[in-house]
Amino acid sequence: MNARDVLGLVGIVALLPLIGAAFLMAFGRRLGSPRAGWVATGLMALAFAWSVVQLAALLSLPPDARSHVSIIFTWLPADQLHVNIGFLADPLSITWCLLVTGVGTLIHLYAIGYMRDDPNTGRFFAYFNLFAASMLILVLASSYLLTFLGWEGVGLCSYLLIAFWYERSTAALGGKKAFIYNRVGDIGFLIAMFLLIAQFGTLDYGATGHAALHASGGITTAIALLLFLGCTGKSAQIPLFPWLPDAMEGPTPVSALIHAATMVTAGVFLICRAHPFFDASHSAMTVVAWIGAITALVAGTMAVLQPDIKRVLAYSTISQLGYMFLALGTGAYAAAVFFVLMHAFYKACLFLGAGSVIHGNGENQDMRVMGALRRFMPYTAGAMVVAWLAIAGAPPFDGFWAKDGVLEAAYVRHDFGIWAVGIVAAVMTALYMTRLILLTFFGNARWGTSDAPAVAAVSGGSDDDDVVASEDVEAELGYEPDYLPTVVYGEPPRTPRLHGHEPHESPMLMVLPIVTLAVLSIVGGIIDIPLRGGTHLDAWLEPVFRGAPITESFAGAAALSATALAFGAVGILVAFLFYRRGLPSPADDPLQERLGVVGDVIGHGYYYDEAISKAVDGPVRGFATFLDRDVDQRVIDGAVNGTGHLVRRAAEGLRHAQDGLVRRYAIGIALGAAALLLFFLAYAGR
Amino acid sequence: MIGAFTITSSYYLVLAAALFGIGAVGLLVRRNVLVMFMCVELMLNAVNLTFVAFAKALNDAAGQVLVFFTLVVAAAEVAVGLAIIVAIFRRRRAATADDLRSLEG
Repeated sequence: MNARDVLGLVGIVALLPLIGAAFLMAFGRRLGSPRAGWVATGLMALAFAWSVVQLAALLSLPPDARSHVSIIFTWLPADQLHVNIGFLADPLSITWCLLVTGVGTLIHLYAIGYMRDDPNTGRFFAYFNLFAASMLILVLASSYLLTFLGWEGVGLCSYLLIAFWYERSTAALGGKKAFIYNRVGDIGFLIAMFLLIAQFGTLDYGATGHAALHASGGITTAIALLLFLGCTGKSAQIPLFPWLPDAMEGPTPVSALIHAATMVTAGVFLICRAHPFFDASHSAMTVVAWIGAITALVAGTMAVLQPDIKRVLAYSTISQLGYMFLALGTGAYAAAVFFVLMHAFYKACLFLGAGSVIHGNGENQDMRVMGALRRFMPYTAGAMVVAWLAIAGAPPFDGFWAKDGVLEAAYVRHDFGIWAVGIVAAVMTALYMTRLILLTFFGNARWGTSDAPAVAAVSGGSDDDDVVASEDVEAELGYEPDYLPTVVYGEPPRTPRLHGHEPHESPMLMVLPIVTLAVLSIVGGIIDIPLRGGTHLDAWLEPVFRGAPITESFAGAAALSATALAFGAVGILVAFLFYRRGLPSPADDPLQERLGVVGDVIGHGYYYDEAISKAVDGPVRGFATFLDRDVDQRVIDGAVNGTGHLVRRAAEGLRHAQDGLVRRYAIGIALGAAALLLFFLAYAGR
Repeated sequence: MIGAFTITSSYYLVLAAALFGIGAVGLLVRRNVLVMFMCVELMLNAVNLTFVAFAKALNDAAGQVLVFFTLVVAAAEVAVGLAIIVAIFRRRRAATADDLRSLEG
């Protein structure tokens, strides 16, 4: 088999998890808890192995020939438009395949442990596999429409998984929110595809890429911006980001999968795939860069005071995605892809670590009642410290190289404003991550303070029966339906839930993926170090982004890195200043007190959610009511009903002609005949 | 023979017109259903007469053939029409056409 034959079978990468999803939907319940997970994980591992084979096959070809389209069949033969089900194997898609299947496998493995006691494990892993399959279809597609299929599949699976514990109202709402925000973005993607069909008559990546070079500026800008609207939904950028923090309602492995391996990087991927349109439109690039930079900064500030460990990470993801779009907007595609990969390692590590902390801490997500956990969960703590240094941009961890590449690209392109915003956002990153680590693993232990079991028994003394009943429900569901784990800013600290026990480290099955990801966070940067001969990823992706402006490496790079490092160090120092001893008591946060009103604003996420609620409930609802009451019920219904009324009234009048007198009918016939006769006599004779 | 008096086709046509006129007027002025029915028959046969007259004048048998069709159809119509009239008389004594208007609009 030569390399091209192997590349023709690239679809198997997506097929394997798809088979897993179908199989688990049918038999998942019967397989039960650990086995369903092992099936799903095994298929993901196979998909990873096949991706590695694909990588080898691509590497065996000369760089310029590293692109292979395999058409499976014609999907939509519609007049001039032919849309194929086809897979495109090139450095970009295979990079993403390796990411999705590789990190995905580790998250699957972790989820076996995390979801062990859940009674719906079969359903969970079916969705999990479907999630990965959708993402793989998205990245392997050879046309926009097939990518859109995966795009929608990812949206669907995020809905299903965020609302996995749908008995909890907040989880159900979180799922809906994710879906609706994504739908808003999808409109942009759809209209962009309509424009592509109207302008170029094709949706193939190859053909549209060539056509973009000769298209007019207005068209390329419109297509690029509409695609970017889709990306802001999927990748949680301003203005469509608020669904991501609420996506924390799902089980923690879901958060890791959404944030690290799948879904949110889809927007970055789409821009990479559609880069000819962005290359051709300077204004679209500027919009992307600035939206990315502002998102990076704003989301970073939102994360600073969150009490919930997972919500900090959620805002962190938004912020980090902002960096990726910042890189895309400056044309540094390879730097953005590098950032995606490195971010996947440390963010997956952080999420899985957070899951481990929550798991070992009585399902408590409130960092204000954690502290000093390093002594009880050493592996998790160690791994998360590594990931923290990585995300904060400390050398030689992978985040340092990634962030450096992005900021350097912005600087070299003389986008100094964007570079400055990126640097300030780096302070925020360092600040909130250091706070997270210090509050969770260091400082004073706050999880045992008010939690003597005897006190709990006294306070709930008369409700013994209820307690037993709720425990039965819990055993059946695998979790407590009434317990809302997510803590939002402004809530009083949660009661510690350890009931006198000590926090404990998670089982090896969960620790192993965390540690693996931590190791990857240390060494991952090696694939693209900005030294002579070290930029493997740049060289590998070069054929994909040919035609895109190339960022020259320059002499002042070291000074830039030092500046970024100094700013990062400021963030870490500030956090140490405030949190080195933990919190004086769970209720008071020294940084929050210092910030005062500003703290309230950023803690509430600039009241963005509230503003959206107000806008939708006020003017938007008013406008909708106007459309309903006045336009629909009066104008449109009025026209329809008026037509009916008119016919009815005419019929009322005319029916009296039908009076039942036979002789009158006869007169009518006779007169009619006479009239016809006269007519023929008068005209027909001529 | 009374001189050069020959009966041309116009005699037939005048007779047919007269018969048709009597039938039509009878249909319009009489109220008895049975009489109206007879008037309709009269009109039909007036038309038949014109057919035969033209067939003879133009030396074309098609007109006569058509008369046969008319007779057959008229026979069927008489059978159905009389059945309806009998049914009406069974339901209501001495009904006139003007009384049969229960389906008015």
